Amino acid sequence: MGVTMGPLILTPAAGKDRSEKLRTTHPAGVAAKLQVVDLNFYYGKVQALQAINLDIAANRITALIGPSGCGKSTFLRSLNRMYEMVRHARAEGQILLDSQNALDMEVSQLRRRVGMVFQKSNPFPKSIFDNVAYGLRVNGWKGQGTLQEAVERSLVRAALWDEVKDKLHKSAYALSGGQQQRLCIARALAVDPEVLLLDEPCSALDPLATAKIEELLFDLKKQCTIVIVTHNMQQAARVADFTGFFLMGRLIEFNKTGIIFKTPAKKKTEDYITGRFG
Amino acid sequence: MNYRTVWRKSVNVVMFSLTGLCTLLTVCILFFILGYLVWHGGRAINWDFFTKLPKPVGETGGGMANAIVGSAKLLLLATLTGVPIGFMGGVYLAEFGGKTFSFVVRYTTDLLNGVPSIVMGIFAYTMVVLPMKHFSTLAGGLALGVMMIPIAVRSTEEFLRTVPQSLREGALALGASKWKAIATVVIPAAFRGILTGIVLDLARVAGETAPLLFTAFNNRFWSPGWNQPTASLPVMIFTYAIAPYEDWHRQAWAAGLVLLGLVLLTNITARVVLARKLSSAAG
Repeated sequence: MGVTMGPLILTPAAGKDRSEKLRTTHPAGVAAKLQVVDLNFYYGKVQALQAINLDIAANRITALIGPSGCGKSTFLRSLNRMYEMVRHARAEGQILLDSQNALDMEVSQLRRRVGMVFQKSNPFPKSIFDNVAYGLRVNGWKGQGTLQEAVERSLVRAALWDEVKDKLHKSAYALSGGQQQRLCIARALAVDPEVLLLDEPCSALDPLATAKIEELLFDLKKQCTIVIVTHNMQQAARVADFTGFFLMGRLIEFNKTGIIFKTPAKKKTEDYITGRFG
Repeated sequence: MNYRTVWRKSVNVVMFSLTGLCTLLTVCILFFILGYLVWHGGRAINWDFFTKLPKPVGETGGGMANAIVGSAKLLLLATLTGVPIGFMGGVYLAEFGGKTFSFVVRYTTDLLNGVPSIVMGIFAYTMVVLPMKHFSTLAGGLALGVMMIPIAVRSTEEFLRTVPQSLREGALALGASKWKAIATVVIPAAFRGILTGIVLDLARVAGETAPLLFTAFNNRFWSPGWNQPTASLPVMIFTYAIAPYEDWHRQAWAAGLVLLGLVLLTNITARVVLARKLSSAAG
């Protein structure tokens, strides 16, 4: 398979059953929130991911790096099955979310538990309030008073509350690019996801806005598990606890971020990190 | 300057003037029609025109109140029948349709759009007037309604397609079902465009005369309910314009002006209401 797991072997979430092929005990004792087992992914006849095995630690930030077209975004999108929007795309294997296969789950149920923030901020053409309340409303939120509180809570968590508290009913499009992206994070947080997926969330932002979002991720991992795809290796090095390197649809190496960036086990990882290709 | 440069420059000047002239002509024709209509129609318009029934032949004065109400009823019926079908069809094409099926539907819709309006009239005549054995507002409204479908389908589809895919993804990623995402994010995002398309659609059928000639027919009196022949502005214009009476000609001009005025008014109102709705939502 060509995948080096290194010393990083995770236990599943406490008290849950798991099948035998799953790996056990992580040195740091971190529980796995997501366990990806032999994931193969196809766009029609083209195979985009080859036998991916990877555990994603609960309450940690996992970064996925690799050159464009390496499959890291496809991998991310298989975690909440966003690939289903693409015709003829299909995933085979297992993605265990607390030991329950995400690929068999009811899809809207899955997406409520696994939120996503996209590369380009995509606020709805609605007010700031309605944007954050959207997920709560479609999931059948009852009671106006508590909705207000939930929106405020999410905006506070996304570190946006102070900037928007006086204009909640203004259009989300009036916000700056960085604010819009934090609004999208607030919107994803409103439904209290257990896992938050971020697909190059800072690629369109300036360094200041990027710093704000990275800071935010540190706070967020206390409450949820974060997986971030990034092209920016400094970003991965700064924020991630664990890093996976993808190349041509394969997971080449996965380990603690410090090890990946300082002493990678594979030549290909080293070449990519030192900028020799990619 | 050599010969080639002079030649190039003069071709440039000639083509520039020619295209400019044709553009000017296009604009001029519209303003000429508008001016002519205001000039002739304006003189015949008075309060009576909006409030009175037509006078019998030979008497001057009277108005077209019944035709104005008749046109409004016909357009209401057309909107109620044509727009929901067209709108839902457009949503299906843009959001759910597969490749081949969508292509077939789109092509059929374009063909339907190209069907001459008089043929629509015959169709409504055979389907509604013959079984009912008399002309009616219902038949006229249905004929216009069928004519509204293709444009409603295509404009709805076009505007939904302009909504970025990222908005659909955003809604789905929050656990919304596909239909919920379409109803709560995609359609509202395209709403302004869709409504503009429908108003233009309405404006187009508002002036249709041929399909009304043998469906709604005409009526010199009020037409209560939906079951009797009714007067309408376009048919009144036709009837009055070919009549040999000077007073009727004036009234035909006035009717033309009123018809155009109503279409413009609807259009402007829709845009103003939309702009206000958006600004209140957008702050």
